[in-house]
Amino acid sequence: MQGFGGVLAVAQRELVERKRWLEHEEFLELLSVAQVLPGPNIVNLSMMIGDRWFGVRGAMAALAGMLTLPLLIVLVLASLYGRYESQPAVSGALRGMGVVAAGLVFATALKLLPTLRSNPLGRFSGLGFAAATTLAVTLLHWPLLWVIAGLGPLAIASAWRRLPR
Amino acid sequence: MSPADLLGLFGHFLLLSLLAIGGAITTAPDMHRYLVTEHGWISDGQFTASIAMAQAAPGPNLLFVAVLGWNVAGPLGALATMTGILLPSTLLTLWATRWAQARRDTVGVRAFTAGMAPLTLGLLAATSWVLTQPFRLQPGAWVLLAVTVGLTLHTRISPLWMVGLGALAGGLGLV
Repeated sequence: MQGFGGVLAVAQRELVERKRWLEHEEFLELLSVAQVLPGPNIVNLSMMIGDRWFGVRGAMAALAGMLTLPLLIVLVLASLYGRYESQPAVSGALRGMGVVAAGLVFATALKLLPTLRSNPLGRFSGLGFAAATTLAVTLLHWPLLWVIAGLGPLAIASAWRRLPR
Repeated sequence: MSPADLLGLFGHFLLLSLLAIGGAITTAPDMHRYLVTEHGWISDGQFTASIAMAQAAPGPNLLFVAVLGWNVAGPLGALATMTGILLPSTLLTLWATRWAQARRDTVGVRAFTAGMAPLTLGLLAATSWVLTQPFRLQPGAWVLLAVTVGLTLHTRISPLWMVGLGALAGGLGLV
């Protein structure tokens, strides 16, 4: 519930600093696994932690705890919005929030950009794969499945070749 | 919306769940293609508004998936999209965490992580481009977008304040 605009920072403070269920390093490690797995990062992360401490039941509890109340709130908001959509101030406010949403996602991409430097792919082919992905999705309007099934194996294979064994 | 459409919606989100490497938001362009371009169930404006609403509300940003479903087909739509996006990834996470934990230093796991990282990055960039669809011709909106990016990169201001700023600017008719 405290996770306005993203739950990650709150999760880190609670789990590592207050409850001491995890070390800092463990948190980072779990997060990077959660990021690679398909599915929402923070939901994956909470399930992994629930699983580690309390087994499958813990994972399910973490999942339900993470989602139930926020889900109700956001659906109430959505149905209210449907009713007041015609008010110019309401639709304007939501349009403004949409602009900010686009900016927040773009800023996240920019923040992650430097991580390509330490990627075994090398900076140039890393950037190349990122740009090819963006273009395929935005300009060519390819379905995501094609993009990932096409570019994913290429990228993984070229990382595989360059990794020391 | 017919039961067949609802089933199609559920099936598409099941598939997206497994493709959502780097978070559900990276599949937003494909949701846009499916819901807006291909089927015309919701408009560009509704699409971006759904994501904005989920970011403004408490809880994980994933909830934009529920709002999209709600806007397409009410409660049943939200149920279809949410169970669709959660079911496969949840099962896979439980299984794969235990598997990868045992093998996290192997070349295979590291090559997968390294290879998928640039794709995630490219998908984030594509997502922000798709979100700009409703306001691409409005200069005021681009100023607000630049301010958001600048504040996010150079300050530690909570995103919530920026969403509030956006709501204010939009409510006053500036963007």
